Amino acid sequence: MDFGLSEEQEMLRSMARDFLTRECPVSLVREIEADERGYSPELWRKMAGLGWLGLVFPEEYGGSGGSFLDVTILLEEMGRSLAPVPFVPAVVLCGLPILTAGTQEQKREFLPKIATGEAILTMALTEPSASYTAEGIATRATPRRGDYIIRGTKLFVPYAHVARYLLCVVRTGPGITLLLVDGESPGIKCTLLNTIASDRQSEVIFDGVRVPQRNTLGKRDEGWGVVEATLRQAAVAECALMLGGAQRALEMTVDYVKERVQYGRPIGSFQVVQHKCVDMAVDVEGARYITYQAAWKLSQGLPCIREVSMAKAWVGDACSRTCAEACHLHGAIGYTQEHDVQLYLRRIKAADLTFGDATFHHEIVAQQLGL
Amino acid sequence: MRFQFSEEQERFRQEVRDFFDRELPANWTVGEWLPEESLETEDDWALFSSLRRKMAEKGWLSMWWPKEYGGQERSRVEFAILREEIFYRGVPGFDGFGSMMLAPLLLTYGTEEQKRKHLPRIARAEVRWCQGFSEPNAGSDLASLTTRAVEDGDYFVINGQKCWTSVGHRADWVFLLVRTDPTVPKHKGLSFLLVDLKTPGITMNPVYNLLGHRHWNEVFFDGVRVPKENLVGEKNQGWYVAAALLNIERSAIETCAGLRRALDRLLSYVKERDTLASNPVIRQKLAALATKVEVCRLLCYRTVWLEDKGLNPAYESSMGKAFAADLIPEVADAGLQVLGLYGQLGRGSKWAPLNGAVEQVYLAYPPWALAGGSPEAQKNIIATMGLGLPR
Repeated sequence: MDFGLSEEQEMLRSMARDFLTRECPVSLVREIEADERGYSPELWRKMAGLGWLGLVFPEEYGGSGGSFLDVTILLEEMGRSLAPVPFVPAVVLCGLPILTAGTQEQKREFLPKIATGEAILTMALTEPSASYTAEGIATRATPRRGDYIIRGTKLFVPYAHVARYLLCVVRTGPGITLLLVDGESPGIKCTLLNTIASDRQSEVIFDGVRVPQRNTLGKRDEGWGVVEATLRQAAVAECALMLGGAQRALEMTVDYVKERVQYGRPIGSFQVVQHKCVDMAVDVEGARYITYQAAWKLSQGLPCIREVSMAKAWVGDACSRTCAEACHLHGAIGYTQEHDVQLYLRRIKAADLTFGDATFHHEIVAQQLGL
Repeated sequence: MRFQFSEEQERFRQEVRDFFDRELPANWTVGEWLPEESLETEDDWALFSSLRRKMAEKGWLSMWWPKEYGGQERSRVEFAILREEIFYRGVPGFDGFGSMMLAPLLLTYGTEEQKRKHLPRIARAEVRWCQGFSEPNAGSDLASLTTRAVEDGDYFVINGQKCWTSVGHRADWVFLLVRTDPTVPKHKGLSFLLVDLKTPGITMNPVYNLLGHRHWNEVFFDGVRVPKENLVGEKNQGWYVAAALLNIERSAIETCAGLRRALDRLLSYVKERDTLASNPVIRQKLAALATKVEVCRLLCYRTVWLEDKGLNPAYESSMGKAFAADLIPEVADAGLQVLGLYGQLGRGSKWAPLNGAVEQVYLAYPPWALAGGSPEAQKNIIATMGLGLPR
């Protein structure tokens, strides 16, 4: 067992941190919260320039052949900085399934565009049923003359309003199929939702949207397996984002309680405050290793359904607890918009709910335990 | 980063498992925390002694010591694997006091004579040790202990009382922390002594746990004469000598393994009963616990990894220990919730599920959260040493 980063990984992490400290200050995060696009094109371009977006794609598709573990390291830093970019939707939700299930033509068409940042992609998966199961998919794609006609409503779709392509998860009979849909197709209606994290999720209504059948990703009716595998990768990606954010919230809180004086002493000298900080620190350390365990196993191609679900369940709960406590220990100022700590609270709560919350993943763990 | 043991380590783990499969009686079950807790009869102790000798023959009692003193210089990771398997199976015989606590201390602070006198006998399972630290008025605040050692020629004369002496009634020697100077600040007046329990003046009384087993003892010292050659380290430096002991092998992997044992038995019980296995509340609870145990295991092995690299896991070991300690009542409670009324049945009753294991977890595991520093004390350490919070 090795709980440390290799020299190269440490360099990657350190470089990422320096870059984001410079290019993604809190002021940018706040600016983008108010910006309709919901992401910073400059930051996105710079990340592409550093090779982050294509890191995990093979070189022949414009990438650098890095591992999922490398991406996890970057995601942790992005979470720490609250980087407002559509990294997970484009690279993980769409790039990875295209890499796994796409034809050569599709890989050549889409992966380089993701790697250069030229095209933002997102996956249109969840619906008003608000579930991450195949049964929750009601949006239908009906074959007609070499096309599919899509009808249905998708909900909670990240960055749909700026996506060049949407990877739609649709029902084709009893089976599920993945379709790459041009974002400018007639019949797509996007409405932004007002969300806790001020991220840009949309309701997307597909009203007779026509997609050529050759835009099928993988095999017809066999899309759900690809979705499940992608959701595992996305869950771990989300864990890394939460971990980075919670670590920062912890640091801010420890700094604050060392400075804040009441009753003639720093409040960080009171035992209850100390133990709350310790509980946060232990939560975050646990989150760290359970996330990296899952990321490592995914990188190695080892079976890891149990480890991924354990990670997502734990990290969602632990980082939510950490952020709630972080705000609490700041006193009332922790609940004002002016203060930065609430940015983490809101972002991490959204992340906790995304790609399956603890209840969802505990059920998967129960099955994996043989119950 | 790597979340897998090496092939060599996995082979060793299998070797340990095969050994236990061979050597343990076919119907071996244990529900208590330390396997030694349940060994009451002379037959039980014969098994304990026999297993100890066999583990000694394999070199396991001195696995990671320098070869010069009878060790095999094997890694801390392999040692943790051995401990994990022992506690997962509930195997008696290891003797943590001599092998894991005293030995590393002697290796650092002992004289050559002390090393050559004591270490080989620990390695060969010829001597059993117990610990004489806590007193009725010195638990968490150990440094305030008052058992007194007064110099008299070539001897120290000891008067006082120790308590919580685990398995003391089966031990041959005790390592003792005593006060040699009551006039200086408390940490600076302690000394570390090795005492033969056959020395006149020592009385041992049993202390029974909630399962009625004699695991702990009170030990009274009345004019006990100990040769000065049994002083380890300098006089009045005993606190610092003992502190080194507290930092060696502090991963809490044993606690984690004991909890995994309890949880796995509970899972097996539930799997056989459809009404329990299909109950979503039980499914959620057990899955959440299994997840926490996984986090616990990672934190524990992280400590082992640091030790293996020769680094001092100053607050990291406290994290694993506090986490594991807090998990004990959760596992016990889950067991009782699942078993309902059956949870109160003790071992020996024909109606007791899992041979009374859950009742045992509830009553016998929790005190082990307090051993070697309560979770509250561990959290104080994490707060100050880990987070730099002010006192």
